[in-house]
Amino acid sequence: MTAAAGYGRALDLITRVRGVRGAMLVSAEDGIVVADQLMEGIKGPAVAALASSLTTRLRRAMEAAGVGASVFWHLQAEQGALLVVPTGGAGGILVVAVAEPDVNVGLVRLELLRAAEVAG
Amino acid sequence: MTTRAVEGWTLQPLMTFVREAGARLVLVMTSAGQVLAQHGFSRALDVMSAAALGAAIMASTDEIARQLGQAPFAALNHQGERHGIFLAGVPTGRGRLVALVVYDLDVSSLGLVQLFLEQLAADLRAASPKDSVPKQVLAADFERELSDSLNTLFGR
Repeated sequence: MTAAAGYGRALDLITRVRGVRGAMLVSAEDGIVVADQLMEGIKGPAVAALASSLTTRLRRAMEAAGVGASVFWHLQAEQGALLVVPTGGAGGILVVAVAEPDVNVGLVRLELLRAAEVAG
Repeated sequence: MTTRAVEGWTLQPLMTFVREAGARLVLVMTSAGQVLAQHGFSRALDVMSAAALGAAIMASTDEIARQLGQAPFAALNHQGERHGIFLAGVPTGRGRLVALVVYDLDVSSLGLVQLFLEQLAADLRAASPKDSVPKQVLAADFERELSDSLNTLFGR
C-alpha cells in the first residue's frame, strides 16, 4: 500500500465514527494539510494552521510544566469538538478530528491513535 | 515594533495581519518594489534592500511562469532553520501588490501566514481606492519618491 493510500485508510477509520465531521493529517511544523476527509463547510487549511499553532504552544506549556510531550488533546466547544494526536515531536504529523459535541471521545481517540501509528 | 504606511488604506489590513499571523517583518509594495507599508523594520536601508530583492524574486518567478506558459505563481516560501520568508502577489484596486513576510518558526508557521495572507488580500482589496490608476514609476521621479516613502515609513 502506498503512503497516500495508507493515510486515506487511516482517515477513513476516523470519519466512520458517528459524529465525526472530518479528519486530517497536518504537518505539525508548517500547519499545512497533508491529507484530509472533511464534510462540506469545514475550513481545512484554517483548522490545520490553527491546530498546528496551538500544538506548538501546548508543547511549550507541557515542557514548562515538566509533564512531557502531549499524546492527545481534546477541545470541547458549544457546537463541536477538536481532537488531536501529535506524532513524532515538533516536525511530525498531527492527526486531527473535527466532531459533533456529543461524539464518543474514547472511540475517536482510539482511531486517532491508530491513524497516528500509520502516519507517524 | 512599528507599523507604518505610505498609503493610509493599507495600514489597518497590515496591522490585523501582523497581529493574527505573528509575522516579524512585513512589506506591502508594488511589483516595482515601491513600498506602501511596512512592519517591523527599523532601518530605511533594510526596507530598500528587502523591497528590491523581493520585487526581483517576484519578477524572476513571473518570468519563469511566463516561459512555462502559465499564470504567475501565487506565492513563494523560503524556509530556513529559524525563519521563513513568504512572498505573494495580491491583486487590489491599486494593481497587483506584493507582500513580503518574514516569520519566526517558533512563533508562526507557513500555514498561519498563508491563512491570514488570504485575509490580508481580501482586506486590501476592500480598502483600496476603487478609482485609482496604478501610478507609473518614472526613473526621473524614482529617487524622490523613494526618499518621500522612506521619510513617511520611518517618521522623519
